[in-house]
Amino acid sequence: MNITPGDPARALLGVSAPQADVDALNHQLGYDLPFFQKYVNYVKRMVVDHDFGLSYFTKQSVFNEIWPRYLVTIRLAFLGVFLAALLGVPLGIYAAVKQYSLWDTIPSIMAFLIAAIPAFVLGMLLLFIFSLKLNLLPSYGINSVKSYIMPALAISIPPAAMNLRFTKSSMLESIRQDYVRTARAKGAAESVVIWKHALKNALLPVITNIGLSLGSLICGAVVAEKLFSIPGIGSLIVDRIAYKDEPVIIAGTILIAICFTIVMLIVDLIYAYIDPRIRAKYARTKG
Amino acid sequence: MEMSVTAAKQDAIVFKKQSQAKEIWRRFKKSKGAVAGLCIFATIILGLAFADLIAPYELATKQHLADKLASPSSAHWLGTDAFGRDLFARIVHGGRTSLTIALLATMSSCILGSALGAIAGFFGGRTDSIIMRALDIFMSIPDILFTMAVVFALGAGFTNLLIALTLAYFTNYVRLVRSQVLNLAELDYVEAARAGGSSSLRIIVSHILPNAMGVIIVNTTLNVAKIILYESTLSFLGLGMPPPAPEWGLLIADAREYMRNAPYLMFFPALAIVLSACSINLIGDGLRDALDPHLKS
Repeated sequence: MNITPGDPARALLGVSAPQADVDALNHQLGYDLPFFQKYVNYVKRMVVDHDFGLSYFTKQSVFNEIWPRYLVTIRLAFLGVFLAALLGVPLGIYAAVKQYSLWDTIPSIMAFLIAAIPAFVLGMLLLFIFSLKLNLLPSYGINSVKSYIMPALAISIPPAAMNLRFTKSSMLESIRQDYVRTARAKGAAESVVIWKHALKNALLPVITNIGLSLGSLICGAVVAEKLFSIPGIGSLIVDRIAYKDEPVIIAGTILIAICFTIVMLIVDLIYAYIDPRIRAKYARTKG
Repeated sequence: MEMSVTAAKQDAIVFKKQSQAKEIWRRFKKSKGAVAGLCIFATIILGLAFADLIAPYELATKQHLADKLASPSSAHWLGTDAFGRDLFARIVHGGRTSLTIALLATMSSCILGSALGAIAGFFGGRTDSIIMRALDIFMSIPDILFTMAVVFALGAGFTNLLIALTLAYFTNYVRLVRSQVLNLAELDYVEAARAGGSSSLRIIVSHILPNAMGVIIVNTTLNVAKIILYESTLSFLGLGMPPPAPEWGLLIADAREYMRNAPYLMFFPALAIVLSACSINLIGDGLRDALDPHLKS
C-alpha cells in the first residue's frame, strides 16, 4: 500500500482540490507519518486497545463496519467447505471402491469438466437456471437462508470436484496396500475393510486438501459476493482499495489471515486425532 | 581411433535423445483424450494466430447500434452484444489477450519458481531456510487477497496482471523443483560432476534441471489451464484487463446484465474458456502418463 502512488485525501477530495487541503487532510488522518512509525502505532493500538481505528472513507469505526460483513463471508466460505466435503468425499470413496463402473466414470468425467469451469461461470449458470428460468431462488442479497443456497453451491462445486479426485486417488492407493489384503484375508466384512482399514489411512491427505481449499473458497466467496451482490468482506476490500482506505483494507486482510491460520491449526489437530503415529511422535518428544 | 570413439558416443547420444522423444510421443499418442486435447488446442491456437483473417479486429470494436443484441445468425455467427459488436470476433480477439497473458504468466512463474526452488534445494542450509520461510509467509495469504493488493497497488493493465499472476503461481514451482533437486543432488552423477570441478550453476543447469524437466513440464501444462481460469476470474472482478479490450472474463461480466434476453452472450465466451482449459488439462494428463509411466493410476 505504501509504495503506491496516490493518497486517501486526494481520493476523498477529488482531483481538483488544492494541494494544501489534501496535505492537511492526510495529516489529520495520520497518513503522512513515516511507514515505520505508522506500523508501530497500528500494532500498539490493535494489541493494547483492540481497536482497528477509523475508516478514512466513512469515518466509522473499522471494526463495526467490517464485523457483520466478515461474518457473512466466513459463513459462506465455511458452508462452501462443508458442502465441498459432503459432495466430494463420499463420491470419491464410492468411485474408488467401484473402480471402472459407472459410479466411477460418470463422477470422474464430471470432475474433469468442472476443473475447467471457473466458479463465476458456474454461479452464472445457477443464476440463469434457478433464478431466471425456474424462479426458485433469490438472485441477489442475503436476506434469508434461501439466499445462501446458490452462492454456497456455486463456490463449493469446484473444490468438491478436487476433493473427489483427491479422495479417489488416495483411496485407490490405500485399497491396494498389504494391510487391506490382510484384513480381507482374515475374513473381515467388506464394509469393515473399507471403512476401518482403507478409509482411515486414506483420509489424511484428503483432510489437508479440504483445509487448503478454504483459501480458494475465500477467493470464491469474493466472486460470489460480486455475482450475487452479497455484502461481504471481499467486496468491501475491493471497493475500498480504490479509495486507499488503509485501515479497512489492513483490518480485513488481518481478519481473513487469522481465520485461515486457525483453520490450519484445526487441520493439524485433526491429524493427531486420526493418526496415532503423529500423536506418538509428539508424545515422545515431550517426554 | 580416439576420434571415432567420440563420434560413436555422440551418435549414441543423438540416437538416444531421438528415441526418447519418440518413445514419449508413442506413449502420448496412445491416450485418445490427450490427442483430442492436442487437436482442440492446436485449432484454438491457429484460430487465434490468424484471428485477423477469420474476423477483422474492427468487427470486435466497432459499434453498430442498429443491430444490437442480435441472436446468432449467418451474418453474426454467435450474435452481437449490446453495442452491436460481433460476438465471434470479440471472442477470437479476446482469446488472443487471454491466452497470451496465460502463457506468459505461466512461463514467468515457471522460471522464477524453478530458479528459487533449484537454489533452495541445491544449496540447502541457511539459503534454503530463508527461501522456504519467506515462501511460507507468502502462501499463508490467500491468493486472491494478494492479487487484489498487487493489481490495485500498481493499477489494472497487461503488465501488472502478468506480475500479479506470476506472484500467485510461482510458489508451487518452488516446492516442486526443490523436492526434485533434493532427490537428484544425492545422485552419483552430480557427485561426479562436482568432483570434476563443475561450478554450482553448471551442475544445476546441465545436470539437475534436465532430469527434473518431466515434472516441471507436466506441472506447467496443467498450470496454463489454472491461470486461464484465474485470469478470467480476475477480469470478471474488474481486477484484470481494463474494459474496452475484449477479454473472455470481461465478456462474461458484461453479459451478466443481458442474461435474461441474450443468454448466448454468456454461454459462448464461457464455452471458449472451458474448451481451452479442458483441452490443456487433457494434454497435461496425457503428458504425465507419457513422461512417467510409473505414475499412471
